Amino acid sequence: MQIGLEQYLTVSFLLFALGLLGVVMRRNLLVIYMSLELMLNAANLTLVAFSRFNNKLDGQVLVFFIITVAAAEVSVGLALIVALYRRRQSAHVEDLTSMKL
Amino acid sequence: MKLELLPWLVLFMPLAAAVFITLFTLRCKNLSSFISIGAIVAGFILTIVFIHANGWQPAGGESVRQWLFVDGLNIDFGLRLDPLSLMMLLIVTGVGGAIHIYSRGYMHDDSGMARFFAKLSLFTFSMLGIVLANNFIQMFIFWELVGVSSYLLIGFWFEKPSAGDAAKKAFIVNRLGDFGFLLGILMVWGLLGSLNFSSLQGLLSQNPAALGASATIAGLLIFCGAVGKSAQFPLHVWLPDAMEGPTPVSALIHAATMVAAGVYMLCRIFFLLNPPALEVIAYIGGFTALLAAVIAVQQNDIKRIIAYSTLSQLGYMVMSVGLHGQTPAMFHLTTHAFFKALLFLSAGSVIIALHHEQDIWKMGALRQKMPITFVTFLVGGLALSGIWPFSGFYSKDSILAQALAQHNYLLFADGVFIAGLTTFYTFRLFFVVFCGKEKSEIASHAHESPLVMTLPLIVLAVFAFVGGLIGVEGVYNRIFSGEPSQSAGFASGLFEPFTHSPVAASLGILAFLIGLACAYALYANSEKDPLPEKLGGLATAMRNKFYFDEIYEATFVRAHDFIAAVADWIDRWLVEGLCIGFIRGGADLTGRGLRFLQTGNLQTYAFLFVLGVAAALYFVLK
Repeated sequence: MQIGLEQYLTVSFLLFALGLLGVVMRRNLLVIYMSLELMLNAANLTLVAFSRFNNKLDGQVLVFFIITVAAAEVSVGLALIVALYRRRQSAHVEDLTSMKL
Repeated sequence: MKLELLPWLVLFMPLAAAVFITLFTLRCKNLSSFISIGAIVAGFILTIVFIHANGWQPAGGESVRQWLFVDGLNIDFGLRLDPLSLMMLLIVTGVGGAIHIYSRGYMHDDSGMARFFAKLSLFTFSMLGIVLANNFIQMFIFWELVGVSSYLLIGFWFEKPSAGDAAKKAFIVNRLGDFGFLLGILMVWGLLGSLNFSSLQGLLSQNPAALGASATIAGLLIFCGAVGKSAQFPLHVWLPDAMEGPTPVSALIHAATMVAAGVYMLCRIFFLLNPPALEVIAYIGGFTALLAAVIAVQQNDIKRIIAYSTLSQLGYMVMSVGLHGQTPAMFHLTTHAFFKALLFLSAGSVIIALHHEQDIWKMGALRQKMPITFVTFLVGGLALSGIWPFSGFYSKDSILAQALAQHNYLLFADGVFIAGLTTFYTFRLFFVVFCGKEKSEIASHAHESPLVMTLPLIVLAVFAFVGGLIGVEGVYNRIFSGEPSQSAGFASGLFEPFTHSPVAASLGILAFLIGLACAYALYANSEKDPLPEKLGGLATAMRNKFYFDEIYEATFVRAHDFIAAVADWIDRWLVEGLCIGFIRGGADLTGRGLRFLQTGNLQTYAFLFVLGVAAALYFVLK
């Protein structure tokens, strides 16, 4: 079976959907964060696939940028979660409803 | 025109006095009164100087400044200077000046004296504005200003509920008339496109049918203003109540000047009135004169009797205008200003001597105690009754002669009958108050008023006596009939009515004699009023002013209250409840619904965010 663009896109869609479900349904902030990374990587996979099948390198360059930014973002996000945990003694989203009036 | 500045000074000095007193000298009684008296007396002198320099008919006749110009509507602020306005200027400042001086004595013990003089000056300013106005808009503005100052002065003793009510009544009834006046003004402007008196007169003399079919309506609408201000039937009810104000106010505003404004206005715009309108005016005037004279016979309040006689005399003047007699009307207005101011001020002198007692059946025998007031009141009474050679005789006779000349015998008989009634109630008042025995404790302790009050009385008495012979009529004749004033000699002027219209003159004197005889027979020595027993129910009706107040209360006031209640219901339930409530309630409900979306849960937000993105993508990629 020839593996083409379609298969790559299907995998990337599944990854994105899994990540989205995780974000919407899981309770632990850390797991939500991991799901978020999953969605990001699904996007990366799509970019790489398009780059390969279009015979252009633009997409791959973009992926490098995304990985770099994501690394920075992860460090900031994790720091926030740790700070939140120290303050509230909890990393569950049910406990973080202070945005409700 | 020489000394063009003077009329402007005359007009604006009282305003300056009113403003100055209100702003600076409200605590200083004497200074305030001097400022106010000074403004009006100076106005009188400057008017004389102006007339001396320019004659009665100044060249040009107008002194105009442009005030407003709005797309075709040009409103000037101008002074009309002709014999009519100059004579009125003399009356207002002259009689008004005497009353101002008298007020110093009358209001001496009142804590609000400075306020009183400020209002008096404001009134003088407004009245002069009406007199000098050269166009309808300016006249209407001052017309309303006069209404306001009359309101302020009637309600001067505002702590008395009756004074407050009377002030409100006067203002509201006047507004009814003024509404018609304004409609009339708008109609004239709409039809003729001008508001200036002289240009209107020019337009109408070129084309007498310019007003077309609505001429009668326009004339009668304008007459509505005079009905309100000159207290003609059916809007006469406010004037007797206005006697709640201080007596000098009654003399100045509700006898000599303001109520005469209606008659003055009719003479000023006479060219706008066509025969049908004039006929209505004549009959309304005649009816008012009769009605008021009959009511006056059974009143017991000294000021109210004189107030009803004012109504009756105003009816005479309006009737005269309606009979094409502007000269007799203005002539009677002038002499009436003299003798009615005199009567009111004499009555005020009596009232002060009796410590604000106004019931004539508690007075009596004041002849010996108040000799000056006695004489001045007698002069005023004789002039009002119209006996030769007092001023009232000449003016009343000219009105009767006018009725005869117009062959309107009904109104002529009406006038003669009223002349008799006038004598009757005047001398009823006179005999009860000044003759007979003292009818109360206070009356026996009465004493003459101070010089500051008696001096104006004497001056006015002189004019009430000779006012018919000093050439007033000639001045008015200059403008109304165009003929130069015939300077008839004093002696021939004295007997002129008998040669001019012997029937009117002799019938007038006959009516006087009959009225006097009746009054003497009934009241010369009576302790109480003998008429109620003789007349029965009629006397009760007369005492109760033919129940006009009650009728108006039951019809117009009730109807007005009903309309107000309906309007209140509409406002409360339809406007407030349905319209405003619906919008407000709708916004409230939407807000409450949207509040459920804000859960505070991150994941809900994320989910809604995804839904939003999905929807956006769907629409973009479709």
